[in-house]
Formats: sequence, structure tokens, C-alpha cells
Amino acid sequence: MSESRGIDRRSFFKLIGGGIVVFFGLDPSALFAQDRGRIYPEDFNAYLLIGGNGRVTVYSGKIEMGQGVMTSQAQMAAEELGVALSSIDMVLGDTELCPWDMGTFGSLTTRMFGPALRAAAADARAVLLRLAARKLGVPQAALVVDDGVVFVASDPARRIGYGELAKGAKIAHAVGERAATRTVSEFRQMGKSPQRLDAPEKVTGEARYAADIRLPGMLYARILRPPAHGATVARLDTTAAAKLPGVKLIRRDGLVAVLHADPEAAAAALERIQAEWRVPQPTVDGESIFGHLLSASADPKEISHNGALAAGRANAAQVFETSYRKGYVAHAPIEPHAALARVVDGKATVWASTQTPFPTRDRIAQALRFDPKNVRVITPFVGGGFGGKSSDRQAVEAAQLAQIAGKPVQIAWTRAEEFFYDAFDPAAVVSIVSGIDRRGRISFWDYSVYAAGERGASPCYELPNARVRSFRGLSYDPNVTGKSLHPFAVGPWRAPGANMNVFAVESQIDLMAAAAAADPLAFRLRHLKDPRMIGVLRAAADAFGWKPAAAPSGRGVGVACSIDAGTYVATMAELKVDPASGRVSVQRIVCAQDMGIVVNPDGAKMQMEGAITMGLGYALTEELRFRGGEILDRNFGSYAIPRFSWLPKIETVLVSNDGLAPQGGGEPAITPMGAVLANAVFDATGARLFRLPMTPERVRSAIAAKAAAGEPERAGAG
Amino acid sequence: MKTAIQFRLNGRPATLTTDGGRTLLWVLRTDLGLTGTKYGCGTGQCGACTVIVDGKAVRACLTPLKDVADREVLTIEGLARDGRLHPLQQAFIDHGGLQCGYCTSGMLMGAYALLLQNREPSRAAIMAGMERHLCRCGAHQRIVGAIAAARPMEERS
Repeated sequence: MSESRGIDRRSFFKLIGGGIVVFFGLDPSALFAQDRGRIYPEDFNAYLLIGGNGRVTVYSGKIEMGQGVMTSQAQMAAEELGVALSSIDMVLGDTELCPWDMGTFGSLTTRMFGPALRAAAADARAVLLRLAARKLGVPQAALVVDDGVVFVASDPARRIGYGELAKGAKIAHAVGERAATRTVSEFRQMGKSPQRLDAPEKVTGEARYAADIRLPGMLYARILRPPAHGATVARLDTTAAAKLPGVKLIRRDGLVAVLHADPEAAAAALERIQAEWRVPQPTVDGESIFGHLLSASADPKEISHNGALAAGRANAAQVFETSYRKGYVAHAPIEPHAALARVVDGKATVWASTQTPFPTRDRIAQALRFDPKNVRVITPFVGGGFGGKSSDRQAVEAAQLAQIAGKPVQIAWTRAEEFFYDAFDPAAVVSIVSGIDRRGRISFWDYSVYAAGERGASPCYELPNARVRSFRGLSYDPNVTGKSLHPFAVGPWRAPGANMNVFAVESQIDLMAAAAAADPLAFRLRHLKDPRMIGVLRAAADAFGWKPAAAPSGRGVGVACSIDAGTYVATMAELKVDPASGRVSVQRIVCAQDMGIVVNPDGAKMQMEGAITMGLGYALTEELRFRGGEILDRNFGSYAIPRFSWLPKIETVLVSNDGLAPQGGGEPAITPMGAVLANAVFDATGARLFRLPMTPERVRSAIAAKAAAGEPERAGAG
Repeated sequence: MKTAIQFRLNGRPATLTTDGGRTLLWVLRTDLGLTGTKYGCGTGQCGACTVIVDGKAVRACLTPLKDVADREVLTIEGLARDGRLHPLQQAFIDHGGLQCGYCTSGMLMGAYALLLQNREPSRAAIMAGMERHLCRCGAHQRIVGAIAAARPMEERS
């Protein structure tokens, strides 16, 4: 694969002008995790520049899609440099200005990129102190930094600003040994919640997203789309469309597009194109997909195995054999994919809504047969990603059309295109066989996940005789050989796989707690040793006012917990179920999280609240309807995402853990949502839901099945 | 068919000679360069394109340009006046009522119309009034808090 590695230092200075630049990279283990098999002996993953005007610019390949990293990265840099937050400028996701980065996902920005950024800023401070010592003629130890000014501690009138030190300099400094970063007790910027840097432009409409970029002479493109994935054109008539004034029709290599200076005129032209399609016979739908996933899955990967399952089973007083299912879930960001491309003189510039500017650049280069160094991807604000803005089809299409048309071309997907080309969270199945002994302790645990991957599959509990297996990995992992299991694209969705796995694990734990007639919280604590998990569970219980009782208690309360992206989460819910309609209304969610050092507490809480709110969707309503490659949900009318009326009272608790480096924040709190609501529904009704989403029909029929069986909670038990 | 269409836009007179059947959303975003009003669904279901016409919230993606002839249109770009943020905008900042920001323009305009109708809405009234606005980041709780805090609105000239 052809890839450029960003620019060398000489061209960098040409581009940037003078100043002091500190380059920094991730440490080798982080690089390994980012892109296995590649080695970066001289590659830098970001840099920061101290300009002659005293302003500090951080160039980072990470992008801002709402998660607040523009602000948290600036806080980290400001902290270690000893400058005010307002003197930091952030340049994000520009492949010409920023060094290579794999993409913004996996709750990695603060966790893995953060330490490198802080080290670089600390190093920059050391460089500035050295320069200041020379200029002021005092030893470094005599100097103090405050708000971007270095002064002699004993004689504060003798001072010099960062800007003055950087003026005329062309110092390129690579972070070698790590300068000492500040400790929590020294923090002045980190651990605070300043106003978001992006807030002012987002409330005034000034913030630019990819579809908001305008270039002189640009055209808006609409592309002919198939009615189903896998469909091919049988007959095509474009004459009526081509006759419309101002329309530019492009047909090349299967790409059929109409371009116009007015986006509505382009849409009208697209409607005049007559196409007949050969649509393959659908082989799976939303019900048969689960059997398909099970039958197509062979050769599991063993994630972990301890003890002896047979011995554990022999020791079990009760055995529970269950199967959990979840359908496909859409990302549905409010901003559909968009891109504007300009191709001039063998160089392409593409403004794209993407979480992965560098891989996007490489794919565009491949499509245009350009050297990647002649492709620049600029990432404006991204209007929500959640893992879904990594496929980049729209950016490649815009670049191809701009190249053919010889004019700038913008593609902004309709909502129907957004649904059609989404890389959905895959449908998945988890099968568990587990048991408890006479004392109500888990005696064995045999766990198999199909198509969701292993994230979140390993329970946080102390389990004797346990095996965890994953069939077909993440099912969209390119390393998994063989034909795709799915009738359309699937891909990472906020905490990929963990939502399914935690739903299964934590439902099963709950089901066993009920069988043991134990309080679900006490049952969990009985099987835990990890102090961080015990800590978040107790914090959640305190905030919630948890009163011990075995489920079903009729109160409609539930608990679930998980470890994700290095962060520990415990969530408690209170809800009501209308037995007639099966409708679930969530009253209250309390979520306690231990994420190590918290860079921006309010930002962290916003991510938790967002994750909890989004989690209501996959737990209660969101399930893509499809027939083979035909996507039946094409807009918000039939695909219901969370609304204001669903909103429970959400309380978040950050459990202090300043001894640990910052951990992930964007994803963890979404992972227990399916399980905590399923457990609370069980507590309310005695009916256990084994499938997400828990639609009113499914809740109603689970209640009916329980009533018919005449016994509480044995529906899933073996 | 091109005709001259006049209306007031963000407090100023505007005249466009164009096809009155064109959609307000796209006229704002292209001819007028006001890209703060967003496309989200094209069918009036998400609220990202909400603007105010004669004091009422409308979906710009469903509104033909000719429908605003001789009327007063307010978009997100007109909410702050003389460089001063509207109290709702300030409240959204102060309460963290935004994440990715893409639904924010529509949220603010919807909230603006809500407060014109009901100067002191209860929390329940805010949630009901904002029901047709979608946010995927899950900023709902803070948006409700921001709208509650922005009431009663400052008198504005």
C-alpha cells in the first residue's frame, strides 16, 4: 500500500515559518497498537509550534466530532507549557499540516495520544527555559514560568515571554527523553472544565462542516444509487437528465452522476435518470440473520480459558444455557457524510467529514492514481461520527468527480444515502452456558460470541472454570478471511462489540443472581476482587440509593458494569414497564466511572451523558430493517433514535483515581446500557429479555410467555 | 420560472430573483451563503434546518422560497446581535448544550420559537416543545437545562 508519511522538517518550516517546534511521537507500544507491523523510526505523530507572537499551535491528526478533544488536547498542552488556554490554537486533521495519525476512534485520543502530547509540551517548556536562562544570564533553576512568561524567581522584573524567545528561531526539537510532566497536585489547567473552545462558533452557526465549504465554480453532485447492495444496472437511460439546463452528466466505470451549480437541480436531474436493476435474491433478513451467523461461523479464537469446564459443570446446582441476540444498528449522525474536492494541477484537496483523514487521503490517492503527497485532506468539524465516518466513500467519489469534471465538486449524502451506505454495527449472537453451585457461587462459565468480536467479552469477575471464545472475530476485520457474513457493510460503532458482549455477560450474571435469590449488586460483589470495579459499583450504589433485594422485586431497578477502554463503569437504572403496551420508560440512570486522571471533568460527564442517552436507542428501539441487501429504513421516521421525551434523569459520578493516567472517555458508559435496562425490566416484570432492542412487542411477549409459564424467570434457564 | 422575491432576512431586506419553488434551505445555504442552517433528513423529521418565519419555527427543508415572500426570516446567523450572543446561545455554551454542534443551530432556533410561545416553560414543556429535534450525541439533558436557564429571556430590542 502506498502511503506518504507526512512531510519532512525542512518543508515543514517552509510551510509554517519560524518558531520553536517540538515534534513528538507515541511510544513504541502505542504505535504497535495503532498499526501493527509498521515501524516509525522517524515519524512524529504531532507537533506543537511556539510562534514569535507567543501563540502556541498544536498540530494533531485527531479530529473534533463532538467529543471535546479540541479542548482537552489544548488543556493538556497549556498545562505542561505553562501558558493560558486562550493562547493555544488547534489545527486538527489536516493531512498536510499534521503528522500521520490512524484516526480518531477507540477512546484513544486522551488515553494514548494524551501522554505524548503532554510530554512534548513539557519538553517545549524545558527548551524555552534553557533559552531564557541563556538570555537572562541566570541558571535555569532560578527561573519560573507563568502564563507564557519566564522570569527570575527572586527578581520578577527580569522576564521574557515565550514569543520573544521564539521570535526568529527555527528550532526543531524532537522529544527524546520525556521531560517530567506535572503531577495532579500541580495541575492548573487539567482537571478543570473551561468553556469548550468550539462552543462559540457552534452556537452562532459559524462552525464549518464539510458540506458548508464553498469554492468558486463548485458543482453539487448526486450519484445514481442501487436499490439494494449487490444490485447491478440492467438498463440505463440518461437522456432526459442530460437535457436539463446546466446539468453535467458523468458516466465512468459504473459511476453515474449528475452535477449542477444548484444542489436541488442536481437532485431533479437524478430523478430523470431511468435505471432498471438486477437485484439479487435476498438470502437473509432481520430474523434469519442469526441462524446464518451461527452456521457461517467456524474456528473460534479462544480468548481465555482457565480451570476445567467439566468439573465446574459437575459442581453446578443449577445450569443456565442461554442465547442473546442483537440486530444491526445504524450510526445515524445528524450530519450525513459530505466532502468537497478540488483537483488542480495534479494535486487534490478534499474537505471531508471523516474520522480518519490519513487513511482517507491514501484511498483518494489510490482512486485518482496520485501520490499521497499530492492529496491533502482537510477535516472541518465533524457532525458526529460514533465510528461511522471511517469508510470515506463520499470523499473518494467527490475527488473522482472533481477530477473528471475539472471543477470543484461537493457530495453531501441524503439521509437515505447515509442509511444505505452506513457500515452498521453488526448483528451478533452470544451463547452462554454457566452454572452456580449450592452456595450461590458461579461454578463455571462457557461463553461464545459470534460476529461481535471480543471487546467486552471477558467478564470482570473472578470465575473458576471459565472459557471465552470468539467466532469470526469482529466480522468486518480485514484480517478475518473469507466471505463477509453480512449482506451489507458493517463496521465499528461506539465501543464496537462491547455493547453486545456486556449485554450478554451482565444479563447472565443477573439471571444467575436471581436464581440464587441474591441481590444483584451483592451477587456481583461476591464475585469481584478488582478494587476499581468494586469502587465504581459502590459509588453508583451510593448515588443511586441502592436498596438490596433479590430480583424481580417489582421496583424496576437494575445494575450492570463493565470495563472498556481502560475505564471502569457501573450503571444503575430505574424504569417503568407498561404491561399492556410493553413500553419501557426509563426514569433514572446513575453512572459511576473510574477513568483515572480526569483531564476535563465536565467534558467527561458530557461524554457519559451522551453515551447513556445514545445507549437508550440500541437498548430500546434501534434495529435496522432489511431484506438481503435492501435497506428498508432510510430515514428517522421508521428508524427511531432517542428523543427528548425518552430522557431519564441522568446522574454521573467520577470516581477519583489520580494515581492512574487518563483512560478512555467517549465509549465506556454506553457499554452497560443494554444490560442495565434488561436487568431493570426483569426486576420490574420478572420477564427476561434476551434480544436487543427491547421493543414494546418483545417486552409484551416476554411478559406473556412468563405468565404462560406461570413461573418467574426460567425462560432462559436450561 | 424566475421572479423577484422579497423578504426580511435577519433584520435586513433581501431580494432574490429566482424560482420561488426552490427550497428555502438550499437557497440559504447556496445563494445566500448562510450555512449555519443544516440539512439533516430532508423530510422535516430531525429539525436541523429549523429557522424562524414570522416568529414561528419552520423546517427550511420543506419550505418553498415563495412562502417567505414579504415575511420575516430569522436564521442562526441572525440570533446574535451587535456581536452580543443571544441569552439562549450563552446558555447553550454555559450548560454544555452541544457536542458535535450539527443539530445546534436547529435546536437554538426551535428553543427560540418555544420561548416566544411560552416565556417560562416547565421542564416537561421544554421536552415536549423540543421533541421533534434530534440530537445523536446525547446532549439532551444539557439542552433542556440550557433552555430552562435562558428563561425568562432578556428583553431585546
